[in-house]
Amino acid sequence: MKATQFIRSALPAAIATTLLTLSASSFAAVAYVSNEKDDTLSVIDLDTMKVTETIDVGQRPRGITLSKDHTKLYICASDSDTVQIMNLADHSIIAELPSGEDPEQFALHPNDRHLYIANEDDALVTVVDTETQDVLAQIDVGVEPEGMAVSHNGKWAVNTSETTNMVHWIDTSTYELVDNTLVDQRPRHVEFNKDDSLLWASSEIGGTVSVIDTSTRQIIQKLTFKIPGIHPDKVQPVGVKLTSDGKYAFIALGPANHVAVVDANTYEVLDYLLVGRRVWHMTFNEDESQMYTTNGVSGDVSVVDVDKMKVTKSIKVGRYPWGVVVKP
Amino acid sequence: MNNRINIEAKAPLNNAAYFSCFYGILSREFLRFVSQRSRFFSALIRPLLWLVVFAAGFRAALGIAIIEPYETYITYEVYIAPGLCCMILLFNGMQSSLSMVYDREMGSMRVLLMSPLPRGFLLICKLAATALISLAQVYTFLAIALFVGVDPPLLGYLAVLPALILVALMLGALGLFMSSWIKQLENFAGVMNFVIFPMFFLSSALYPLWKMREASEWLYWLCSVNPFTHATELVRHALYLKISWEAFAVVAGTTLVFSVLAIKGFNPQRGMKAKGKGPA
Repeated sequence: MKATQFIRSALPAAIATTLLTLSASSFAAVAYVSNEKDDTLSVIDLDTMKVTETIDVGQRPRGITLSKDHTKLYICASDSDTVQIMNLADHSIIAELPSGEDPEQFALHPNDRHLYIANEDDALVTVVDTETQDVLAQIDVGVEPEGMAVSHNGKWAVNTSETTNMVHWIDTSTYELVDNTLVDQRPRHVEFNKDDSLLWASSEIGGTVSVIDTSTRQIIQKLTFKIPGIHPDKVQPVGVKLTSDGKYAFIALGPANHVAVVDANTYEVLDYLLVGRRVWHMTFNEDESQMYTTNGVSGDVSVVDVDKMKVTKSIKVGRYPWGVVVKP
Repeated sequence: MNNRINIEAKAPLNNAAYFSCFYGILSREFLRFVSQRSRFFSALIRPLLWLVVFAAGFRAALGIAIIEPYETYITYEVYIAPGLCCMILLFNGMQSSLSMVYDREMGSMRVLLMSPLPRGFLLICKLAATALISLAQVYTFLAIALFVGVDPPLLGYLAVLPALILVALMLGALGLFMSSWIKQLENFAGVMNFVIFPMFFLSSALYPLWKMREASEWLYWLCSVNPFTHATELVRHALYLKISWEAFAVVAGTTLVFSVLAIKGFNPQRGMKAKGKGPA
C-alpha cells in the first residue's frame, strides 16, 4: 500500500523533472553566426559547443540582430540589398525589409520596431519600421557608413562613416543629424555603455578606440594597443563589447588575431587574448560568463571564459564568419 | 665511491630485499642529484632558454591552426612546453647512462652488481630512480612555464605524471641500451650528440608534423617514426587531459624493447676490459 502511494506521489514528480530536463536541453542557448562568404548562418549549440545546423540565407550576410523577445532574427543580406527577417521557431525567412543598398550593419531601437540600417554605398542611414515594413526616414551621413548603434534610452542613433572618419549623432525623435565627432581613420563599430553616458568607437586604420562623452560628444579618452611580437599595422580594432557591470571592454583587433581586454574605468589594457585569424565581432551569452568572437579568415568562433579571461575553445563554422548573436 | 647500498649477502630474496635494493639505488641517485645542484639547474636552464628566448622569436609563427589536443589557438610557448618536458627527460636519461659508463670505468658498478638480486632488476631500479629524480625537474620547469602563459588545466599536472614516468623509462632504457655498446666515456659523449639532437629536432617537439610535411615528405616520415615524437605527443595529450593511444602504444612498446635489449646486452666488464687494453 505504501509502495503504491509512493509510486503515485513520486512518479509524476519524476516525470515532470525528466520533462523539464528534456525541455531545458532542447531549448539550450544557441549562437547564430553569419557566414559572409557562404551565404549561410551557422547555429551553435552552446551546451555542446557544436554546430548543429547551417541555414541558407540571402547573399553576403553580415550584421545580425535579435528582436527583443528572441523570436526573430534580422539579417543584413548585403549583396541581396535587403534585411531579411527569420522566424527562429522554424528558421524560415518571413519577410524582407526595404533596407536600401548594401546594408552592412544595423541597430534595433529599444522600441523593438525601428531598425537603423547603414547603407554603405549610398552614404545613408535608413530607418525602417519592422512591423509595417515602411521606410520612415533616410538620413544623409558621411561616406561609407558602417557602424550603427542606438542608445539604451532610445534617444540617440549613432553611425560611423569609414571614409569621412566621423561619428554621426542622429536624434531619433526627429531623424535629424545633430552633431558629428571626428575620430581616427576608418571608424568601424560603436557601442554605448549601459547608462548611455559614454560611446566607444573603434577606428580600424587608426588603430585606436575613442571613448566619447555622450553629453558633450567630445572624445575623453583614446585607447591604443601594442601586442608584443605583432606589427602595429596589423592592430586594427573593429568589434567592441562592454560588460553590463561596467568593468570590462573587449576590443576585437582584426588581423592581429587578438582581443584586447580593457579596464572600462581606468582604460588600461589588461590583457590580449589569442583567438582565430581576423577577429571581427563579438557577443556575450546571457549571464556574460562567456564571450564569442567571429574569426573571419580562420572561419571559426572562439569562446572566451570571461571570469578566467581565457580562450577555451574555437569552433569551426562557415567561411568568413562576420556577426554573432546569442539566443538564450 | 660510497657504499650506501646495504643489502646483506645472505638476506632472503623476499619483497623487502627487492624494496631495500630499490630504495638503496634511489637514495644513491637522490644523493648524487642533491650533491650536484649545478646539474639540476643546468638541466632546467636548457629548456627554459628554449621556452623564454627561442619561443619569443617564434611567438607569432604559430597560432594558425588548431591541432590536437588543443581546443583553440595557442602561443608557441604553449606548443613547445611538452616537448621541452621530454627534452629534460631525454637529457636525464642520457646523462644517467653516461653515469653508468662512468660507474663501470670507476669500478663502482661492481659494488652494485654484488647484490644477489637479478641484474635485470638492478638495472630497472636504476632506470626508475633516474625517472623519479627527473620528475622533480619537469615539474619545476612546468611551474616556471606558468609565468610565460603555459597554463594547462590543473588536473593535467596529475594526468601527465604516468606519461612522464613512461617516457622517462623509455629514454632511460634507450640510454642504457646505448651504454651497453659503448666502451669508454669519451665515446658516449659523441653518441649523445648523434642521438640527442637528431631525436629532438626530428620530432614534433618544436614544430607540428604537418608543418614538417610542407617542407619535406621524407623528413615528415622520419619524424613520424621517431619514438621521441610519440613521447612528446603522449605528454602533450596527457597535459591537456586527453590520451593518444597511438603514442602510448609506441612509447610502451619502445620502452619494453629497449629495456629487454639493454638488460640482455649489459656487460659490466666492458669498460674494465677497455681500460686494460689501452689508455682510458
